[in-house]
Amino acid sequence: MEFIDGYPEYMRRSIKKVEATREERISLVMEPMSAEEREKVLSTYHPDYMKEGKRPLKVGASKGEIVHHETANILEARPQVIPDEIDLSCINHDVDILIIGGGGAGTVAALHAVYEGILPENVLVTTKLRHGDANSMMAQGGIQAADSLDDEPSLHFLDAMGGGHFANKPDLVKALVMDAPKIIEWHQRLGVMYDREADGHFVERPGGGTSRPRLHSAKDYTGMEIMRVIRDEARNLGLEVEEFSPAVELLTDGDTVTGAVLMDLETREYSIIRAKSVILATGGYGRLHIQGYPTTNHYGATADGLVLAYRVGAKITDMDSAQYHPTGAAFPEPILGQLITEKVRGMGAIPVNADGETFVFPLEPRDVESASFIRECQARGKGIETPTGMVGVWLDSPMIEEIHGPGTIKKELIAMWRMEHQFGIDMSQDPILVFPTLHYQNGGVEIDVNGWTGIPGLYAGGEVAGGVHGKNRLMGNSLLDYNVFGRRAGISAAIHAKKTSPGKITLDHVIEFNSLLDEAGIDTERRSPMVLPDYRGERAIARALNISI
Amino acid sequence: MGKNKISVYIMGKEHRVPEGLTIMKALEYAGYRLVRGCGCRAGFCGACATIYRKKGDYKLYTALACQTTAESGMYLTQLPFIPANKSEYDIEKIKAGPNTILSIYPEVARCVACNTCTKACPQDIQVMDYIQAVKRGDITRAAELSFNCLQCGLCTARCPSEIKHYHVAQLARRLHGRYLATKSEPLSKRNRELEEGCFENEIDEMIELKPEDLKKRYFEREIKVSE
Repeated sequence: MEFIDGYPEYMRRSIKKVEATREERISLVMEPMSAEEREKVLSTYHPDYMKEGKRPLKVGASKGEIVHHETANILEARPQVIPDEIDLSCINHDVDILIIGGGGAGTVAALHAVYEGILPENVLVTTKLRHGDANSMMAQGGIQAADSLDDEPSLHFLDAMGGGHFANKPDLVKALVMDAPKIIEWHQRLGVMYDREADGHFVERPGGGTSRPRLHSAKDYTGMEIMRVIRDEARNLGLEVEEFSPAVELLTDGDTVTGAVLMDLETREYSIIRAKSVILATGGYGRLHIQGYPTTNHYGATADGLVLAYRVGAKITDMDSAQYHPTGAAFPEPILGQLITEKVRGMGAIPVNADGETFVFPLEPRDVESASFIRECQARGKGIETPTGMVGVWLDSPMIEEIHGPGTIKKELIAMWRMEHQFGIDMSQDPILVFPTLHYQNGGVEIDVNGWTGIPGLYAGGEVAGGVHGKNRLMGNSLLDYNVFGRRAGISAAIHAKKTSPGKITLDHVIEFNSLLDEAGIDTERRSPMVLPDYRGERAIARALNISI
Repeated sequence: MGKNKISVYIMGKEHRVPEGLTIMKALEYAGYRLVRGCGCRAGFCGACATIYRKKGDYKLYTALACQTTAESGMYLTQLPFIPANKSEYDIEKIKAGPNTILSIYPEVARCVACNTCTKACPQDIQVMDYIQAVKRGDITRAAELSFNCLQCGLCTARCPSEIKHYHVAQLARRLHGRYLATKSEPLSKRNRELEEGCFENEIDEMIELKPEDLKKRYFEREIKVSE
């Protein structure tokens, strides 16, 4: 097959049609869908509306909740830890606060626990890979905060509620939008380099489902810029981070969470941590590949915290809803499923089909936009098939240069430009091919406005927690979520730790959970938490010998 | 994924892998279950710093394993960890002066301008130029030039002058963001309003609305997103 500037010749024919209609698209005013139109496209085409992908949970505090099979499979699984094999008499670390997860939420929680008066040496952050290896690092487009003159937190509230189909917990959304300007102020003080106008105010862009331009960005490395600054701050404060040490089980005194069992990923040695407060900041579940979708997520996004919380009796909410980001890369093969930031649409690129026709308002909430892409490809047959059999629609990125001037993409979307360029495509000249990709866990562990899970001693913040986004998160609300609820969880955990003595540590809940599985008739070999996915080649797995040496 | 297979040499050992995979996926195809050297898998975290040589070539090249296609004849190894020292400082107590960074990272003055750091950077950053900017005391220039840094550490691993470029750059960006960038007045105004209790009632009223009334207000809200 002959390739011309990254695309095979037959795809070039479709690109010609996209180019032919570009001029008229620049000035085109498109209208968003009505409530009825949204409902129709979602119920017919969105993957989450397909009932066969899910089942009700048979055990636990949220028994009866409908979740995806992939989620049920890890919740209804045997604990990895076998209580008889663990010696609880030797405590490796005795701390005030244990934070499980070294991404955005965990780091923000650690910093705020210290601001609240806990000594850094009495906080332990543990993480399965490196400090900062997290979806927080990968967020590109921006963070929402209603701080412009013609914007208000109440509009941000309304946008988030509507985007989430009004299933969000309103008090959590209120906390999210009211804390947002304070979070940006904190970042400014730490030295985060947001993009600014000449007068010092932020460059703010719209996102899908926002009624005002409200996205603060740092080029398209927004998540990385925030994460590397807060990580640097944590290092300056002397906060200890145990890397390559995932938590594989919590410890309790029967009612209260009192610590966790960690495992060194390389030596396999376990360690026992006793803590007065425990914060779950383990992120989401993209690497479960819900409904077989590729994912934008980090290697470690396997929902470990959800599993651990569920086993000690925490409830989960909105776990029937996954976010499929409309614009995952569909071509070329090496970047399949990787994220094309929503900022590309925020800056004016419009999705078009194989014939160069527009088919959807470019800034619908993500679920509506994704469902429309699926409709265009599957029902209308207007997608473009790649040489490996993927089907996608065009995102007409050269429009950005037409609207904002030549060179804009390399200036404001440098991460995207680099990724495409690395694999032979110049997105300032040619459109890019996209299709929905698994992006975000909308629901999670139930929390209150203080990040408390309802289980004494256990707090949660960030993607592991649910309720903030209802059934669909808006762009720019996840970076905000981990800052707002990471902070709140850190403060609450600190307050709790100050008035608590170290507790008894047991694994009784593991024994109880095993009995619950037996009573529910769940006869399974599955073990969880998963910790990491396994992407080895089939042949290599089939021929691997499991012998001790 | 192509049907044709190519030979790559993982830490010196030959493996046959399909053509067209990234280096990271080639390692996995060959049977490696990655723990070190794998993070975001999308070019944002810098975990997969890779050093390789090509058959018949004497040069050592650098790459991110998740953002580079494996080629026939590559001798591959990954850096599991970079033990570079980061200086600790209190961002509130330091000032953005011309010698601030040099006083915290004095080894910057040892730069011999060999440009090895720039050649090693998988993000194509002009690393040596920002180190020179630091030497001149131009913090903003260093902050801007280094912005796309993923902190993979390859520059530092290759530097003959023991400079910790990526930590130096982090400090430059924080100094710029904290002290040199013009601050947002509307943000300060909004935070003053929030401290005075503004917007509380408006949101509480919406929380009290009947679901159908909230829904109506949402679909009737004015959308002003054009620039």
